[in-house]
Amino acid sequence: MPTISLGTEERARMQQPGRAAEIKANGIGKSFGSFRALDNLTLDIGRGEFLTLLGPSGSGKTTFLMILAGFVQPSEGKLFSDGVDITNRPAEQRAAGMVFQGYALFPHMSVEQNIAFPLKVRKKSAAEIKTRVGEMVERVGLKGHEKKLPAQLSGGQQQRVALARALVFEPGVLLLDEPFSALDKSLRGQMQAEMKRLHQETGTTFVFVTHDQSEALALSSRVAIFNHGKLLQVGRPDEVYDRPANRFVAEFLGEINMLPVKGVRPADNGATGLCEDRAVNMRCKAETIKGDAILAIRPEDMSIAPEASVNENGIAATAVASTYLGAATKLDLTTRQGAKVTVSVPNEVAAAALSKGNSVWLTWPAEKGFLLPDGGQ
Amino acid sequence: MRGTLSDRMGAALLMAPLLLFLILAYAWPFLGVVKWSFTLPTPGLEQYHALLTDDLVQSVFIRTLRIAAIVTVVSVTAAYAITVVWVRGSPTQRVLAEFCILVPFWISVLTRAFGWVALLSNRGLINTWLQSIGFISEPLTLVRNEFGVIVGMSHFLIPFAVFPLASAMRSLDERVLLAARGLGSSRMRTFWTVFVPMTRSGIIGSALITFVFSLGFFVTPAILGGGRSVMIAELIYLRIFQSPDWGLGAAISVVLVVFVGALMALLFRYVKPKQLV
Repeated sequence: MPTISLGTEERARMQQPGRAAEIKANGIGKSFGSFRALDNLTLDIGRGEFLTLLGPSGSGKTTFLMILAGFVQPSEGKLFSDGVDITNRPAEQRAAGMVFQGYALFPHMSVEQNIAFPLKVRKKSAAEIKTRVGEMVERVGLKGHEKKLPAQLSGGQQQRVALARALVFEPGVLLLDEPFSALDKSLRGQMQAEMKRLHQETGTTFVFVTHDQSEALALSSRVAIFNHGKLLQVGRPDEVYDRPANRFVAEFLGEINMLPVKGVRPADNGATGLCEDRAVNMRCKAETIKGDAILAIRPEDMSIAPEASVNENGIAATAVASTYLGAATKLDLTTRQGAKVTVSVPNEVAAAALSKGNSVWLTWPAEKGFLLPDGGQ
Repeated sequence: MRGTLSDRMGAALLMAPLLLFLILAYAWPFLGVVKWSFTLPTPGLEQYHALLTDDLVQSVFIRTLRIAAIVTVVSVTAAYAITVVWVRGSPTQRVLAEFCILVPFWISVLTRAFGWVALLSNRGLINTWLQSIGFISEPLTLVRNEFGVIVGMSHFLIPFAVFPLASAMRSLDERVLLAARGLGSSRMRTFWTVFVPMTRSGIIGSALITFVFSLGFFVTPAILGGGRSVMIAELIYLRIFQSPDWGLGAAISVVLVVFVGALMALLFRYVKPKQLV
């Protein structure tokens, strides 16, 4: 499988300082009739950043991308690119590269003609077009396919044409709308890796829309999570995964267990409270949360043991199902008070804990997990 | 997906009356016409030989092809503009365009031809108006010539040219147009380099349908041509009803049907039948 790579000369040209755009969205809102698609969005996208817009369908992420591209006019708010107000600038003057869901290649043009299109529009000389298209074709591994029509290419190849077409004119920002949704799983992984490398090599600002959380965490320098037209949280993948701002973000980014904790109060190094009548310690801060709360912990941060341990938090639970996953075992448990919990543990830990029956001890270190307001979103 | 045997039998039964009608009212009589073309007034290829040598017949053939070609270009161009508004315009524009496309279907072809005579004749609306504002001193010859025939036929055929175009424009992926604009292409450039090429199958379908219709047109050329701009269908009529020359009339008919049949075959190679409605 060909890879996408740049020669040093091209890299130098594409990494000219100031090439990558810096984008500021200030109080952007969009209504379609009575439907509020996007509400008061303020977000800075840094130069050369790989920002992922993540959320379920209808969350406003695609609307925001369309506003960035200039295809949708915001109802209110301002958009700045490198400090210049571009809110009312038409799409064709924004010079943002865009890769659409389904690629949107020109069906009547060959691979070569598709990639040459943005250069022709910019009235580049025939010689320059020829060189740059040639470079790009090679870079995305489509050599030998130049004369083919999009319909004669596989999904992965069409994806490469779309990327080449969007990058050939060296845009300040590349916008990608769920570009991998039509690819099968293995091809998707490959294209993700190439996209990440392409981002590093071009240094261009990437804004990427997806509803796939693992894709978002794997690719981005920062993730922006949307729901119901609101931006809920922006941060590095590890920040949003380990310290989600609310329950929606916590649950959307991956499987998570929710345990009710009563009587939460500040303590040395964090907080303390009662979980199923047992005292538990938490390293996370509890300044804003007092009384009843929810302790959220990822399955990989919990473990099981045959007996209670004094050093770790723990409650009693019963294993109801065990799924062998090869590298680990996934266990579904029910606590004494009926909370459903999932843990992912090494196979031998599962075997040892279950050797004495289904009653086990569910444990987790004080550093793991975070508190959310009780029943709060 | 293929239906069961009884499903297909059912479909065949439902179509049977139409097929039977076409065979009895069209195919069978046409075979009679074919027979005449080889037997009247005496058996042989004499009429087909006449077709190739008769100056009048040849000039009518050439005129018919010329008028059909011009009408096709005019109708498809006008229909393209209307269809763009109909498919991609604002809701008000769509309703207006739909009205313009449908209303002509409710007025008989005869009425419309006479309407054009009233508009275009020497003492018609256009000439009297142009004279009254002093733009011209002598009336323009707008009717009883090829110009009048082309105007009348285009007017009749534009709505038919709309449907294949509309179907092509509706199936076009909107994102491809967005992509072109996002890559820096102006609306005009996007229209000519992306939109028009992507509706190519519609243009071909529309042009073939218009051309085929034009070849056999009778009423409009007969009225607006005023006997001076005779097209094939009128020539056949004259040969059969006014000069007892059935053999030649039949031979011209056979040539016309074969030619149109070949064009239809071409049409269905390029366009699926469902794109035409």
